[in-house]
Amino acid sequence: MKELQAQYKRILADYVESQTERNLYIGQNFIRQLIQKSVTPEEIINIHKSSMEEIYPEIPPAVSHGYDFLIEVMVHFGLTLREHQSLLEHQEELRIEMNVAAKIQNMLLQTEMPKTNALDIGHISIPIRKMNGDYVHFLHNDEDYVSVGVIDVVGKGVPAALCMSMVKYGLDTLEYTNGEPSYVLEVLNRIIERSVDDSMFVSMFFGRFDCARNIFTYGSAGHEPALHYKASEGKFHMLESKGLLLGVMPDVRYSQHEVELEEGDFIVMMTDGVTEFRNQSELDSRKVIEALLLQLKDLSAQEMCEQMYQELKKLQELALDDDFTVVIFKK
Amino acid sequence: MNINVQFRQNENIIRGFVEGEIDTYTAPVLREELDNLRITKGVSVELDLSKVSYMDSTGLGIFVALYKRATREEAEFKLVGLTSRLARLFEITGLSELMDLEVDTDTKVEIGNESV
Repeated sequence: MKELQAQYKRILADYVESQTERNLYIGQNFIRQLIQKSVTPEEIINIHKSSMEEIYPEIPPAVSHGYDFLIEVMVHFGLTLREHQSLLEHQEELRIEMNVAAKIQNMLLQTEMPKTNALDIGHISIPIRKMNGDYVHFLHNDEDYVSVGVIDVVGKGVPAALCMSMVKYGLDTLEYTNGEPSYVLEVLNRIIERSVDDSMFVSMFFGRFDCARNIFTYGSAGHEPALHYKASEGKFHMLESKGLLLGVMPDVRYSQHEVELEEGDFIVMMTDGVTEFRNQSELDSRKVIEALLLQLKDLSAQEMCEQMYQELKKLQELALDDDFTVVIFKK
Repeated sequence: MNINVQFRQNENIIRGFVEGEIDTYTAPVLREELDNLRITKGVSVELDLSKVSYMDSTGLGIFVALYKRATREEAEFKLVGLTSRLARLFEITGLSELMDLEVDTDTKVEIGNESV
């Protein structure tokens, strides 16, 4: 502190002697150093007072009292400043914790894309914030079936992430039952209904492809309908299946339906972050997506997903405001 | 992005008018307003959504919570004036089977099984 005070006194004396830009600049740089060393505002005034008294011993007592007064009132500025700094540190801690949580979520929710000759599979899931509210879960434990759940948790951020882990473990448990879509949805509904609060729920599309018969069986719990492109007709069909969102009521029954996949057919499953164009009507958005898919239909399933994301992002002027998830099964 | 809610109570009937956009940012405001309602046995709550220009799934969450609360209290809950866009949201999520909804007669809902 002694050293700092001596420096300050020199800089001040230079400035009083000659009020040049350069002398002022030296003072400003010096103050930056003091801030870095966490010197409080009232300490700086104290240094200023002592320096003035040393440079001008004949300074009137009234001016010294004035400095004392200023030092006292500046104490509160100092306190507020320290509070602000500790909030910044706290915020930084939270940010680090959020990063860790997001990493854990990503690790927990990793799903392995099935490798099979029966289907070409593509998948993309882009979160709008750190934590993804969408989730895709693949099941492929034998050669006969490839199943996929496309899940959107309502609510965002941390609560949604916690709910998602529950869905994931539910699905992991069901892996060994080789579940029919209606059964999978019924079991998950019971788990979620019991565990989450009234305004939280999950929409889910569950599809299972029978590799030997080329039959795709699907069911939906309040999820966006998937699209089925029939190459023989050159047309899209909406795979609609009525079913309540998961977690709203106990004991809900879910129906399931079947379609056959022929050569060149594909199924596009997506979340509402894909179909919802905030500034355009719902019917338009479906048409846009179908037209886009028609252009992309000769690419691989993975390329189709990636191109879809790029094109729709462009269309929405980079203002996508929801998590974006697409899964494509292509025969 | 704004939201405005106004209530009028007439004996046992509470009528609410919601205006604006319901999304992640405005939802907490709406939720708080609805939480403050005194819902008791025999009360009928009717929310008019005809002036809601946009709603995402967060909005659904709020109405599901209110529906559950009303059911628990043996009160009635109804949403009226749904535009076709909002109606479709309730349709897809299966909530239209559960809740009492009235679609705005000017805009018919069209849910096709096929599209070209």
